Amino acid sequence: MRRLLIAVPFLWLLALFIVPFAIVFKISLSDLAVAIPPYTPTLDIAEGWAGLKAFFAELDFENYIWLTEDDLYWKAYLSSFKIAVISTLLTLLVGYPIAYGIARAPQEWRAMLFMLVILPFWTSFLIRVYSWMGILSQEGYLNQVLLWIGVINEPLIILNTNIAVYIGIVYTYLPFMILPIYAALEKLDISLLEAAEDLGCSRFSAFWLVTVPLSKQGIIAGSFLVFIPTIGEFVIPSLLGGSRTLMIGKVLWEEFFSNRDWPVASAVAVVLLLILIIPIVLFQRNEQKQREANQ
Amino acid sequence: MALDVFAPWDDPNAKPLIQFQNVTKRFGDFTAIDDLTVDIFEKEFFALLGPSGCGKTTMMRMLAGFETPTEGKILLAGQDIGAVPPNKRAVNMMFQSYALFPHLSIWENIAFGLKRDKMPKDQIGERVEEMLRLTRLEKFARRKPHQISGGQRQRVALARSLAKAPKLLLLDEPLGALDKKLRQETQFELMDIQETTGTTFVIVTHDQEEAMTVASRVAVMDHGKIIQVSTPDVIYEAPNSTYVADFIGDVNLISGKADPQGDKLHMHWAEGQPAVVGSPLDGATKGQDVHYAIRPEKVSISAEKPENAANAIQGEVHDIAYLGNISTYHVQLPGGQIIKAQSANNRRISRRAFTWEDKVWLSWTDTAGVFLER
Repeated sequence: MRRLLIAVPFLWLLALFIVPFAIVFKISLSDLAVAIPPYTPTLDIAEGWAGLKAFFAELDFENYIWLTEDDLYWKAYLSSFKIAVISTLLTLLVGYPIAYGIARAPQEWRAMLFMLVILPFWTSFLIRVYSWMGILSQEGYLNQVLLWIGVINEPLIILNTNIAVYIGIVYTYLPFMILPIYAALEKLDISLLEAAEDLGCSRFSAFWLVTVPLSKQGIIAGSFLVFIPTIGEFVIPSLLGGSRTLMIGKVLWEEFFSNRDWPVASAVAVVLLLILIIPIVLFQRNEQKQREANQ
Repeated sequence: MALDVFAPWDDPNAKPLIQFQNVTKRFGDFTAIDDLTVDIFEKEFFALLGPSGCGKTTMMRMLAGFETPTEGKILLAGQDIGAVPPNKRAVNMMFQSYALFPHLSIWENIAFGLKRDKMPKDQIGERVEEMLRLTRLEKFARRKPHQISGGQRQRVALARSLAKAPKLLLLDEPLGALDKKLRQETQFELMDIQETTGTTFVIVTHDQEEAMTVASRVAVMDHGKIIQVSTPDVIYEAPNSTYVADFIGDVNLISGKADPQGDKLHMHWAEGQPAVVGSPLDGATKGQDVHYAIRPEKVSISAEKPENAANAIQGEVHDIAYLGNISTYHVQLPGGQIIKAQSANNRRISRRAFTWEDKVWLSWTDTAGVFLER
């Protein structure tokens, strides 16, 4: 009975991660073919041992070598990384004050403020990103308002630039930043800040010397929760970004659906996963440390 | 003994370090401190004692600068400190929760305030070492607060608040989180440290035993007012009200009508019972309502009626609380009232003189208790 219980999560991982990953990995080692499915080889069990041997003989790392030969790919990885880093920092910059505000708000307000943070999740992600197109386009609401106030004379070009991508990412992933930081700040004992003031800190230096270090775990957790999905983000850059916004998610999509080159697309996906393993492991380690600190 | 001589509050020329002048503090409709005036002198160990919600913590927070008085003035060494923020006051506080910075080591915690003063590095090192020695924490300097015991944390908090050599140290229930044995040891440690450093200490506590042990003077508070300020022995022996008598230690309170007779005051308190005789109360008139307070240890218990006792009442042993070194007898009088009498157990329990439902005599001298107006 006990083994069965322990087996459940492993079976889950096996069915929904290991098996799909093995399939994708296999495709990444295959060659492009005009067929259905569009790659060779496919395993023919009817031919038995010889078939299996032939199958493995045809697999190679050609596609991975190709990824290093065409600079599009590493540029896309690098650009994704840069966009993810910048948007994580921006999300932190916007999210920290919000989390701080909620944590310091009177108890009876907090539930409502939280609701406001989470409420957008009740609408489809796609619809929310589309509505940003309506806001940011040249004839969009933002430009109309700014023109009407007289801040600008000509409409700003925001949509289809990296700025629009940053806005979209910060907007979408903000709650993932706010929640862990809030959790850290909420635990913060007010008397620590009073003690800091009592010992000669100004309000501001007490914030830097006490509040920020003590919310470090929340900042790290929130940053990873934003960084990890952002690096592979596809919808936001393809809807809000321009032709010059290079992100690996978009490259992957194009390989898969425009070029119908499943093997290269799979290779891109496998490399992306390998890259993401590093921050995921770091994130897990941070969580572990936090749990130990709480004990 | 030096301690007996130290009594600046009796010296009309002594300059108080802290003066509360008609201080009132309101939070909305709630009056936490009500028109309070009190002086605290240099090198004093001053205890604010009272039940929770009596305003003692508010008084301390006003001294630290976390609250400002609604009315009145607080002077520190003659200067009004009402507008001075906490980080600019020569006052440090030891928090009830200790408020140690969990992300800093013990050493860094103690150095925290010194670094804010931009003290040169080598001097900080020296001062921290000195504080570590004073609180016997040398071995733990590199540890984090969660890696040491409660008693050690308490000492770190003390070291940290003393590091800046404040004119005044505030201690908010400093020993509340310690178990009883450790608390008693620490009380003496606190007194030693207070004496060595010569710092003025103001301690907030709800534990009367703690206040009595450590303080040079105790202020008993209730509902934002100080009911009595005095040395521990005066508070105990000569309380000015039934509230103080009842709050400090164990007491028997009897109410009745005053009847001044010569240089003694008699109090009639029950039909068919002899009047209680004691030292007079200023301004008591015949028939006035008065209270009589007497400590259980000042009541003797005997089988025979004692001769020449100023006060003697017969009753029946209702309950016995055996505390090891002493026993408290709850003696029921014919009217139903219970009087507590305490006696040292100088015999083994098997040879105890009295047991339940024994008829006994309670007696005390005419100076053993005090009459109180309220």
